[in-house]
Amino acid sequence: MNTQSDAMPESFDAQRVAPAVPSPTRPLYWSVRRELWEYRSIYIAPLAVAGVALFSFTISIIAGIWERPLRFDPGTPQKSFDMAAGLLMLTGIIVSAFYCVDALHGERRDRSILFWKSLPVSDITTVLSKASIPLVILPLLTFAITIAVQWMMLLVSSVVVLVSGQSVAMLWTNLSFFQMSLLLLYHLLTAHALWPAPIYCWLLLVSGWARRAPFLWAVLPLVVIAGVENLAFHTWHFAALVGGRFIGDAPTISSTGPDMFPTNPMTHITPGHFLSSPGLWIGLAVAAAFLAAAVRLRRYQGPI
Amino acid sequence: MTLQGMACIEARGLRKAFGATIALDGINLRIEEGRILGLVGPNGAGKTTALNAILGLTSYQGELKVLGRDPWTERDQLMRDVCFIADVAILPRWLRVSQALDYVAGVHPRFDRVKAEGFLAKTNIRNASRVRELSKGMVTQLHLALVMAIDARLLVLDEPTLGLDILYRKQFYDSLLNDYFDRNRTIVIATHQVDEIQHVLTDVMFINRGRIVLNCSMEEVESRYVELMVRPEELAAARALRPLHQRQALGRTILLFDGVDRQQLAGLGDLRTPSVADLFVAVLADKPGDKPGNQVGQALGNYEGAAR
Repeated sequence: MNTQSDAMPESFDAQRVAPAVPSPTRPLYWSVRRELWEYRSIYIAPLAVAGVALFSFTISIIAGIWERPLRFDPGTPQKSFDMAAGLLMLTGIIVSAFYCVDALHGERRDRSILFWKSLPVSDITTVLSKASIPLVILPLLTFAITIAVQWMMLLVSSVVVLVSGQSVAMLWTNLSFFQMSLLLLYHLLTAHALWPAPIYCWLLLVSGWARRAPFLWAVLPLVVIAGVENLAFHTWHFAALVGGRFIGDAPTISSTGPDMFPTNPMTHITPGHFLSSPGLWIGLAVAAAFLAAAVRLRRYQGPI
Repeated sequence: MTLQGMACIEARGLRKAFGATIALDGINLRIEEGRILGLVGPNGAGKTTALNAILGLTSYQGELKVLGRDPWTERDQLMRDVCFIADVAILPRWLRVSQALDYVAGVHPRFDRVKAEGFLAKTNIRNASRVRELSKGMVTQLHLALVMAIDARLLVLDEPTLGLDILYRKQFYDSLLNDYFDRNRTIVIATHQVDEIQHVLTDVMFINRGRIVLNCSMEEVESRYVELMVRPEELAAARALRPLHQRQALGRTILLFDGVDRQQLAGLGDLRTPSVADLFVAVLADKPGDKPGNQVGQALGNYEGAAR
């Protein structure tokens, strides 16, 4: 050991030099992981729905060997696959909404915001990590789980088709799996991430602002605006606007026929039209404004 | 840059009001590096507000620099050098011990995971446990293990041992002193249980109604203040020397003097250095020397009780 007077300047210098600027993505990465630790429903809910969907499909298709009305038609297999995808999309929307309402409220409610704020993670990193859950993580997770479920459905249906003596080739040619997957990814990233972004960011903002009942504060203003609009002008434009954003009713495909599911290979996608629609960019600007407000707000917020 | 005299915390005219309530009323202070400061004050005195301002958790008026940074605008950079344990358990209940280690190691450039695991190995805390499964004492041990493994320059503790039994409290301060403190670090402790930590402090600061009422080193306390257990027949003579405070204990009168020569007092009774708690009561009593000691003593007991 050195004498203290010798050791001190050394360690002091070391302290001065040592704080190499850590890469800014590292806190973001760990903050996103932290969200997944805290809100396990982000992956448990879609996995559970996927399990139930797969189970019901298997039961139904096996029963279909004997029960005529349930019989699986290898000529038109699309419908079951769309149904599974639709269920998982709906799950993603519900999980996103509940997550956003709690994300910046929960940490204040349980006082853990004091712990998170005692670490060198900026408010912007924290808010961005929370926004990434509905805008990036859940769409990608929904995609991965849907693909996995559809693969297993294809496997199960192939076996059943084989057992019941029908042609597997017909099933496989009638189901353009690869195209369906690409369309699903496109649909999830546009209609379920970019398009509803202002809704999710609004929920995050209210979650960071409300002292209690964030869900009420998030929904009530929307209901009031829609009600006032209807009373004054007898129209439902605002309600339609918000509702359309929420369920992902985006101009990502040229037409939506009655049976035209977004991942139906017959659909004609229009990314150019979508990317040039002012609605998208206005929505993203509003979303960015909500996020900026949420970042600013978090600086002032403590436990409630 | 000199080592001695480098200010860790420097405030000028620090003010904070919540509506009509003034929590900090123009505080000036300078805390040097390498000190262990005890911040003592009744509930609502402004201790937590002052600490929150230092930690960048609340906005304020006036000037404040912590390690040369503005805590309000540079909190995230500042937190590389500052650690903090609050008055209540703030570790989220869903967090696993292993996740806490992962996360802090992930976001904190100065966290030594091996060291934290070493501290945890001495406790009964298992890596797979969630915070909600730990007792209050164990949560504090976990938080302390995380904090002590961070090579920080300032550690802020706000009632860190509140609600812990005496074994945990003693252990807490022992490990803080033995395993953590060195002369490059500064520790600020706000607490009501001032008697327990008095031996670890180098400095003490009394704060009341948003103002600093006393700020001095422990050496200064020893040289400036003296308690006289006065002999009954010398009471009048002792009172003539203008004691700061007077109280009764075991049927005898105890007078507390500020800056009176010990030689002069030695003939009037037994002398001793007052405890920080006694000094606190004396300095904060509204009318020095008038108030019956028991009442003030009870008041001190009351607010300690209320805090728990």
